[in-house]
Amino acid sequence: MSVAVLSRIQFATVALFHFLFVPLTLGLTVLVAYMETRWARTGDETFLKMARYWSRLLLVNFAVGVVTGITLEFQFGMNWAEYSKFVGDIFGAPLAIEATVAFFLESTFIGVWMFSWKRVSRGVHAAVMWVVAAASTLSALWILLANSWMQSPRGYAMEGGRAVLTSFGAFLASAYSWAKIFHVLSSAYTLAAFFIMGISAIQLIRMKASAAVAKKAAAGATAKKPAKAAKSAAAKSATAAVSRAPAASSQEMFLRSFRLAATFGIVTSICIIFAGDLSGVQVAHWQPSKLAAMEGQWDTAKGADFYLLELPRLTREGNLFETLKIPGFLSVLAYHDPNAVVKGLNDFSPQDRPPVFVTFSAFRLMVGLGFLFVLLALIAVYLSWRRLLPQNRWFLWIMSVALFLPYVASELGWVVAEIGRQPWIVYGLLRTVDAASRNLSPGDVLGSLIAFIVVYASLAVVDVFLLRKYANRIED
Amino acid sequence: MALQVLWFVLWGLLWAVYFMLDGFDFGAGMLRLFLSKDESDRRVTLGSIGPVWDGNEVWLITAGGATFAAFPLTYASMFSFLYLPMLLILFSLILRGVSVELRNKDEGARWRANWDRLLAVTSFTAPLVLGLGFGNIFQGLRFDASGYHATFWQLFNGYGLLTAVLFVALFLQHGALWLAWKTEGKLEQRAGRLAGWLWFAVAIVAVGFLVATPFATHLLDNFVSHPGWFLVPTLAVAALAAVKLLHLRGMVLPAFLASCALILLVVGTGLIGLFPALIPSQMDPASSLTITNSSSSQYTLRLMAIVALIFVPIVVVYQFFVYRFFRSKTTRKEVESTGY
Repeated sequence: MSVAVLSRIQFATVALFHFLFVPLTLGLTVLVAYMETRWARTGDETFLKMARYWSRLLLVNFAVGVVTGITLEFQFGMNWAEYSKFVGDIFGAPLAIEATVAFFLESTFIGVWMFSWKRVSRGVHAAVMWVVAAASTLSALWILLANSWMQSPRGYAMEGGRAVLTSFGAFLASAYSWAKIFHVLSSAYTLAAFFIMGISAIQLIRMKASAAVAKKAAAGATAKKPAKAAKSAAAKSATAAVSRAPAASSQEMFLRSFRLAATFGIVTSICIIFAGDLSGVQVAHWQPSKLAAMEGQWDTAKGADFYLLELPRLTREGNLFETLKIPGFLSVLAYHDPNAVVKGLNDFSPQDRPPVFVTFSAFRLMVGLGFLFVLLALIAVYLSWRRLLPQNRWFLWIMSVALFLPYVASELGWVVAEIGRQPWIVYGLLRTVDAASRNLSPGDVLGSLIAFIVVYASLAVVDVFLLRKYANRIED
Repeated sequence: MALQVLWFVLWGLLWAVYFMLDGFDFGAGMLRLFLSKDESDRRVTLGSIGPVWDGNEVWLITAGGATFAAFPLTYASMFSFLYLPMLLILFSLILRGVSVELRNKDEGARWRANWDRLLAVTSFTAPLVLGLGFGNIFQGLRFDASGYHATFWQLFNGYGLLTAVLFVALFLQHGALWLAWKTEGKLEQRAGRLAGWLWFAVAIVAVGFLVATPFATHLLDNFVSHPGWFLVPTLAVAALAAVKLLHLRGMVLPAFLASCALILLVVGTGLIGLFPALIPSQMDPASSLTITNSSSSQYTLRLMAIVALIFVPIVVVYQFFVYRFFRSKTTRKEVESTGY
């Protein structure tokens, strides 16, 4: 394999791994800050309990997220030196701005937050978490501005074989970027909402189960020895009451966390639908080959049809099947105009097309999951606000599995964005094959790739161990 | 040209401040196992860097980002030529970060001992490889117009190793002084005593470095042609003396601040010698990456200068207040009351 191919595998590995942690940090910082603020305002200890419980999970996630982020800044120079030379004038700026205005703030104040529980007032402590949340969001914003430029280059001129920035205003005021930022943030917040709902659901199921076991045991004991001294029964019920009291307040904490997350999640998941629509229009405008691959559109058509069920062939051109047609709907999706022309893949020469099967499948799956999130969030809002969660265990089971789905959807989103951009690293300007470092050998990159896999797999094991541990540790 | 010079200065400052701040994290990370007698000591020594290490490390991220934005050709060459060293620095930083953050997240003795060891090793390898890299950059890397022509093992030359040892020694002393300032009782005494001994190591290596530099590098040329700049290495020597004198008088915080100045001045000395190159070429001086042939456009340099001149001072101010906020000694009682 070539240096470019191995470097792509490496970048995909480290970027996808990093993005397992980013969305949860983005969402949980906001939600923990909200919980703490409610505690500071109302003095309601359940909110403190919520903030403490969810922040322990946040901190484990944050630690791995921060350290794996450093890798990406190194990657551009290490493996993509030709790319870095080509775009450095433009792409380096948002990365440096991100570090200066956002990452400093985030890293400095997460330290302050951790070590100042007893040093500052509740309100100030909550405010520090708001600073962290704002800085994380700001950080995402600059990184996404940088990525969007690779997808839709603008505000530049070509000088001596390099792209140079001519208008920072054009760089910032790009509908592509802001649609993407809206899309990524709403999906990150949705991921955090499903994370909270999922873990709350698991804990509520466990509590119900242990309560049922205790009840059965108690019933069995009284049935066997009905004539036992009243003293021991009294003692038993006393211990039962003691052990039930904290359980009841923990149950209340998870019910309330679930309801908060459901309320947050219904808003953010509906936002994803709008953000996705806006992003689609931007992709159609800036990256017609990506749009054609996402939709499996081979022939250029005016008023292009949309097929609810469709699958491109794995290796050859054309679709295996297409059925359940909605006439003209693809043009509506792509251009908000039923008569618009959608350019098909056949109008791109084969070396200018992205891998169609992967782009198409990842896109369809992501969109399907997006609609599923709205449906689940709607049911979650209804059941949690009507206080029907404890008796609807089937839904708790569903949500405990659904916890993982936004992770899948987020990763698929990046697969669509980055594989759909191929064969370009900067759309229309620089090919990925021409962007890799020239002084590396395939052996260098294979070695580093293996090292990344080993180190990251170990981090994943540690992360899952700690998340499980803290998810199951309920303090009273 | 003026913008390129400004960016060279900013670039140097970002690196220097990074070494000054993360330097004591490295030192404390290397030394804490040797200075700690029990679990409580280990909690205290970790707790002393706990609130600040992450903010310190961002100076490196910013130095990297600024190199990318202001001198993209330097960024591309530095990171790709030094592929394996960069990888080692990266893994050191990754494992070091999680060691600090996750060490106290479980009570198991083996869990904690393993993270402690990992923190110690990576706090050593990161500055070692950074020093090795800078030692080689000071000499010039082996590249010309056709590309890079050296192997990883060629970086392990005498001067490169000497610079690596200098970095490690400077940070060991820096970390010992930090721990002496931030801790109390027996721990404070042990750290203070060790800092006293480490000073001699720093002095010996620093003298060796000063003597070797004119033979191994061209760094001296700028000083010879502009003798006024000799003030910087002179002040570095003065700072080194100040560390000892202040420490002998039991003034721990001033000695630590003198050590901060020492690190800034040592890095400053190296960078003054490099100017106007960022990465000189040992093989072909015409191929050297300089502030003119590796910089971004005037437009980007101006934009980034505005951003940096507004936001870097803001960062300095709030980080200063965070250090002030956490200025009290890290005590046993305190670390036991926080879960982190």
